[in-house]
Amino acid sequence: MTLSAEESVADEGRHPIPVLPDAPVRREYRRRFDLLRAVSWLASASVVVLLVFILGEILTKAFPAVHRFGLGFVTGIQWSPNRDVFGVLPVILGTVESSLLALALALPLGLAIALFLSENFLPDSVRQAIRFVVELLAAIPSVVYGLWGIFVIIPLVQSLGGLLARHLGFIPLFEGPAYGNSLLTASLVLALMVLPTITAISRTALVAVPNSLREGAYALGATRWEAILGVIIPTAAPGIVASTILAFGRAMGETMAVAMLIGNSQRLSWSLLSPSNTLAALLANQFAEAEGIQINALMYAAILLVLLTLVVNMAGEAVLRRTQKATAGLA
Amino acid sequence: MNCYFITGALVSSLLFSIGLQASPVTINGSGATFPAPLYMRWASDFKKSNPDVTVNYQGVGSGAGVKQFTDGITDFGASDVAMSDAEIAKVSDNVLLLPATAGTIVLAYNIPGVPAGLKLSRQAVAGILLGTVKVWNDPLIAKENPDSKLPSTPVTVVTRADGSGTTAVFTAHIAAVSPDFATKVGSGKQVTWPVGVSGKGNDGVTALIKQTPGAIGYVEFGYAANNKLTMASLQNKSGNFVAPTIESGAATLASVALPANFRAFITDPEGANDYPIATLTWLLVKKSNTDAAKAAAIKAFVNYGLTTGQQAAPELGYISLPDSVVEKVTAALQTVK
Repeated sequence: MTLSAEESVADEGRHPIPVLPDAPVRREYRRRFDLLRAVSWLASASVVVLLVFILGEILTKAFPAVHRFGLGFVTGIQWSPNRDVFGVLPVILGTVESSLLALALALPLGLAIALFLSENFLPDSVRQAIRFVVELLAAIPSVVYGLWGIFVIIPLVQSLGGLLARHLGFIPLFEGPAYGNSLLTASLVLALMVLPTITAISRTALVAVPNSLREGAYALGATRWEAILGVIIPTAAPGIVASTILAFGRAMGETMAVAMLIGNSQRLSWSLLSPSNTLAALLANQFAEAEGIQINALMYAAILLVLLTLVVNMAGEAVLRRTQKATAGLA
Repeated sequence: MNCYFITGALVSSLLFSIGLQASPVTINGSGATFPAPLYMRWASDFKKSNPDVTVNYQGVGSGAGVKQFTDGITDFGASDVAMSDAEIAKVSDNVLLLPATAGTIVLAYNIPGVPAGLKLSRQAVAGILLGTVKVWNDPLIAKENPDSKLPSTPVTVVTRADGSGTTAVFTAHIAAVSPDFATKVGSGKQVTWPVGVSGKGNDGVTALIKQTPGAIGYVEFGYAANNKLTMASLQNKSGNFVAPTIESGAATLASVALPANFRAFITDPEGANDYPIATLTWLLVKKSNTDAAKAAAIKAFVNYGLTTGQQAAPELGYISLPDSVVEKVTAALQTVK
């Protein structure tokens, strides 16, 4: 949203909109068949039609399960296809937990990188190089992240998790036994995967903070630390919030890497060290061999995933608007 | 413009005449992943002696295989769990279930310092899968393995995350020998495991076992043998501990009584030397086909697999069908029109 708005502003700067000719000429022009207009209409309409079609298909396929299981599907804690018992509460919790944990790890790191790359700590050439490398992380296919997680993160979590479970096992979050394929493993890799999203968008927002504000802060005797915390970050807040929401959405929908690392277990557990599951991974793993009511149940789960992302995006949009209003006078 | 039409006509008439001369046939099949390496081997060997016939097989899973066969997308299907009566009714009984090969399912493990051949009693296996046996030096395991140095490593059970015929066969056996497992977990292509982690496919399970010290999981024998996994000896109905080998699998298969529709599930074989977890796997072909050339090609291919093709089975980790079974199945194949 913010990006496209910026783009259109920049575009206006480069190509000023021509002054419209007088009314008669315009009518003359309108009378002819406008191919561009027709193609644009068709293209944008097809997007809407496609979305409606996809949602309609999922809804019709899910209907038997919605009808049969109702809300019990959402609160149920057991998923046993062999007994036609379907409950996705552990999976929903796994989806939200893994994404939140990933964000908690990636947001401070991503924001720090963005600050480092937007303020004048380093010569510009070095900053550009680092920026390029961070954004390159987004280009790595998720199956490669999964493989890397298997070979690097899993052994790490196995040894570290064993220690945590032994010494901090009394806290439910670190309760043993510690598994290599766990919520923690998936979250660590997810954090790395959403890092470029957070860094890139936050950096753009931080760079866009007017220099006059920085100079003003310094002129008032603020240290660099005070200027960053008190002026620059609050001003760039809408962009940072937007980056966080996009990252949250990406983390919730991520499938391949998570399916390879999370352990795919639908048991309810508080421990970060035990295997868990996410809606996306559940769908990816089970759809091929599903039959009968299980297909409908999986479609029901797909609706829940769509709803979750929708709620997150709407909440994000609301936060974005409020922060934009609050900081509107500054720029 | 005219020039294009002439070339087009020439090319198409040329293609048509080639078509008339050699009449190549392509038959497509899909289904179970477990016998896929064998079926693909058959397809390539069959092509050598029958260059006109191309057989494509895709290992998409038993469930998807039955679905695609039912929807008429494929010419033949393949399934580890045959077809249910309801599924047969969907194709108006126009299907023959032909056992094509057989395999065993093993429990493979990764216990530091314990070589292959760990003896697991029926109670121990059920205890491990239900989570009551938590460490490897549990008395239930130690009792049968007095000579092994069992560590106190925690047991990590590795299961399949995706629906699978392998899981169906494995859980059917465990449920048959442990009433506790039958009530708490049950059997089917996909069950809720009380403990452990899950990986996708035989390869996912294999990777998890190799990577996790203390892991134990179920995979196809051929897959486990190819990946050099250490396999446990399991206790059969007569109380003997049997290591998974081609021979012990063949012993199991020899004692199976095949019904007229060939749909026999081996949940707990009785022979003294039988390996306890084994299954037949089926090819699904239409009883009457609309395309005579295709029907002939399918018959020739399946016949090849049932006769010459059986010799390739052991080297890929499958069990050759006993001669008596081959005889019955080829006789049934002749009725295909």
